[in-house]
Amino acid sequence: MNNTAEKLILFALRLITYAIVLVIGYILFDIIRNGAPALNWQFISGFPRRSGAAGGIFPAIVGTLSLVVGTIAVSLPLGIGGAIYLAEYAEQDKFNTLIRLAIVTLAGVPSIVFGLFGLGIFVLFCGFGPSILAGSLTLACMVLPTIIVASEESLRAVPKGFRDASLALGATKWEMIRTNILPYSMSGMITGSILGIGRAAGETAPILLTVAAFFLPRLPHSIFDQVMALPYHLYILATQHPEADRIRHMQYGTALVLLLLVLGLSLGAILIRTHFRKKFRW
Amino acid sequence: MSEKRDMSRSRKLFITDKLMRLLLVGAASTSVLVVCLIFLFLFREAGPFALNPGLGKLLDSQWIPVSFQEEHFGVGPLLAGSALVTALAMLVTVPISVLVSIYIAEIAHPTEREFLKPFIEILASIPSVVLGFFGLLVVAPLIKTTFGLSTGLTALTGALLLSLMAIPTIISLSEDALVSVPYALKNASLALGASHLQTIFRVTLPAALPGIVAAVMLGIGRVIGETMAVLMVTGNSAILTASPLSSVRTMTATIAAEMGEVPFGSVHYQALFWIGIILLVITFFLNIIAQRVLKKYGMMK
Repeated sequence: MNNTAEKLILFALRLITYAIVLVIGYILFDIIRNGAPALNWQFISGFPRRSGAAGGIFPAIVGTLSLVVGTIAVSLPLGIGGAIYLAEYAEQDKFNTLIRLAIVTLAGVPSIVFGLFGLGIFVLFCGFGPSILAGSLTLACMVLPTIIVASEESLRAVPKGFRDASLALGATKWEMIRTNILPYSMSGMITGSILGIGRAAGETAPILLTVAAFFLPRLPHSIFDQVMALPYHLYILATQHPEADRIRHMQYGTALVLLLLVLGLSLGAILIRTHFRKKFRW
Repeated sequence: MSEKRDMSRSRKLFITDKLMRLLLVGAASTSVLVVCLIFLFLFREAGPFALNPGLGKLLDSQWIPVSFQEEHFGVGPLLAGSALVTALAMLVTVPISVLVSIYIAEIAHPTEREFLKPFIEILASIPSVVLGFFGLLVVAPLIKTTFGLSTGLTALTGALLLSLMAIPTIISLSEDALVSVPYALKNASLALGASHLQTIFRVTLPAALPGIVAAVMLGIGRVIGETMAVLMVTGNSAILTASPLSSVRTMTATIAAEMGEVPFGSVHYQALFWIGIILLVITFFLNIIAQRVLKKYGMMK
């Protein structure tokens, strides 16, 4: 291969890479440019009118946030607990293989199938009805593998010497984990988990069948209430609304708020992670 | 006296230790439990369909779930819709992702890499409904005018959006595979006089191939299971077609669009759960095969 051909190929590779960067940039630009004019205090804090054609999206924001909180409350203890078992206790036995197989399988289940599952078990079988509870439980099942994988990675990053030193001083296994492992890995576990949960906040398919209300201009009173949610609200406004063509600003505004919420969660998590990575270095 | 207190303290520690272990085993078992429950509840809701009207109904050539004459629950056209959209998406995604991952892993300057990786990660965190919305307002009109069609809601539009979703997944996984190729291999090639590019394409890429294959399979799994974007932009007509420019309906979109309107427990409702089972089985096997490939070539992290 001569030098010119080589340079040409290198250039082509760079071109493709930056074409992708450009496409991503354009998507963000398009949503921000068209969504920003719609953003104002009334849009954020107001209640929707005329089935969402006017007014604000406050109930949808509250709905999505309550789903995020619910999902965290269920999935974080289970996911982190599972990760501690896998990183600190598990031996190379059949049980370990089974759990790993389950995690990989769970990670690959399509989101709409989680929706069907949530409908079958939480909404109908447990009798929760379409509610924040049913939706949070469904989303929690969905993010569980992400949380376990992220948390296990963070636990394994703690040097082995920390464990040996603690055990050598006579600590029990749990004392060792509580005093010598968790303080150093907790931040990593939580930020990794938030990254996964941020993604769940933008999911539509699982909540479509388990929580989301088409138009419900009031706030939820309990976890057994139905709520509006930003992703579903955007879907309805863009495809099902009779005035879809005339309310583009409402759609773009909703899209931008959802995007900011999801990217904000991710960005926050990444910033915290870099902060702690600098703090603990060994 | 103090000996006694020591005894009770150590007993307390011992019990806490056992208890925590038990709790953690319980937490770890949750994933196994959830997987079992998913299979159980999907079959529980779908079940009666197997007796009446019988699973043979799923092999009909048409999907007409609501009709005054005879309903048809043939999943064939939906399976074909999913297959067409997925195949088109992978046709676009695989070459782009592999080339970009080569650039990021082997060519880009370290500071450039620090920028490129998180930027492409952003694409993965854009909610699919937002991408679908973008597709509806920007990509669909583009397809419509480019090909002179009456509507831009086609299999191709869906495929383009799906490839946007699969690109970050496949790039990041195949980049991992490229980076994990031992330096000794690359250095040996360079020492024998091969150029940088020759080393990449003849040594690094073949060595990373199993990892890239696994990445592609995981990407396919993700694309087949994606719902919102295809629901919004593929036009949703359940017909058998091989044309990228006609509108199609995928399995996922069918569930999402019709589940809201069916009476619980009806035959139609059960048929939608069967589609869910088919999706679950497909993604399950894609996942297992990808893991096998990774394990066989020792690329498991």
